[in-house]
Amino acid sequence: MEMKVHIPNSAFLGNIDPFLRGFDPSSPETIEITANEKWIAVHPIVLSMIAALGLTVKEDKIHCEKFEAKSKHYLARMGLFKFLKVSSGISFVEHESAGRFIPLTQIRTSDELTKFITEMIPLLHLEPEPSKTIGYIVSELARNVIEHAETENGAILCAQYYKKSNSIRIGIADTGVGIKETISRSHVAPTDLDAIRLALWPGITGTTRREGGTEQNAGAGLFFIKSIASVNRDFFVIYSGGGFYKLLKRPAGSKQRLYADPFEDRHSKEANLPYWRGTIVGADITLDQTAEFSSLLDAIGNTYQAAVRDRIKARHKKARFI
Amino acid sequence: MKTISIFEKAGAFAENKDVARDIRTREVLPALEAGEEIILDFERVGAATQSFIHALISDVLRKLGDDALDRIAFKSCDDTIKKIVNIVIGYMQEGMGARGPED
Repeated sequence: MEMKVHIPNSAFLGNIDPFLRGFDPSSPETIEITANEKWIAVHPIVLSMIAALGLTVKEDKIHCEKFEAKSKHYLARMGLFKFLKVSSGISFVEHESAGRFIPLTQIRTSDELTKFITEMIPLLHLEPEPSKTIGYIVSELARNVIEHAETENGAILCAQYYKKSNSIRIGIADTGVGIKETISRSHVAPTDLDAIRLALWPGITGTTRREGGTEQNAGAGLFFIKSIASVNRDFFVIYSGGGFYKLLKRPAGSKQRLYADPFEDRHSKEANLPYWRGTIVGADITLDQTAEFSSLLDAIGNTYQAAVRDRIKARHKKARFI
Repeated sequence: MKTISIFEKAGAFAENKDVARDIRTREVLPALEAGEEIILDFERVGAATQSFIHALISDVLRKLGDDALDRIAFKSCDDTIKKIVNIVIGYMQEGMGARGPED
């Protein structure tokens, strides 16, 4: 028995569900990685996930078949084989990663994250405003891992610019304790999906039940990122334990509205996917729209304060009418 | 009046919450508790995360109340940073009016 991951022909956030359903985590000591023989086109989240899994298994327990697809060069350029310490059978000159992508990178500490944001985000060659947005998303997601995931392997991430859609796709994975364990320290979350729902709610953090959070945690990072994706009409995916949430694209022309409850957004969800020990987040960010970040903040502020007011009101004692 | 340069400590992208905590505990709180006024200077800071701003000021508001805002000035913030500061101050003030179950 082995853990099994099959890299399919295509797996982006819109159609990632079958890939996740096909992940077999049953025997965590060994891993078998196979791939489509013809062509591979996958979201960075897939690579981050496989690389993160690879770090949990001893080198000699990683069984990676010899890939036949022409696009295996892409996986090599993103650093997957190097990360897994397996031979790709591909010989190519490794250029600096100036091709508007960020190869698989491991971030374990706060200082490593700051260095990454300072040195690696510029490799995407973005305009100043989109660059800030990407830095913002990477910072909030990776800090969540460093502060809450409790894994020495830290966060594994990579990103890719797509010219045709003028978008950046980011995937970040960890093999830590998962959202349910951290959220349940302060809130009631019977299932992984319940925990994901709470984690996306503004002002909910596993570190305290107190409104306003602790001095270091507000419980707002994921809500901000979901809001950026929502306004840009982009996909946003979060997967932890057996729970899976996908923010679907808002239809063109529909009114922009932010919701505190992620289940009020247009979304899909699953409660019983193969168990992922840790958390995975994927986001697509369309760059044409990111100038709206400043105006988005007004809506975020209003939604956030309304959510706090609603929670306070829900705790008010009610009159008993008999 | 004490001026604290955010750029000097956190760089052009203010996102390191550990740095924010150090500014808060070593400089902001001691100065305010000593009765001083402070300026948080965002000159040359191009972006800041909500988490950074939260780590910088939320505990100040919780410990000293929102009157502390009368003695803190936020200098040279661009529109985005201004809005993030206002979001953090907004939800902190909203929440401080309530006592949570653990209080």
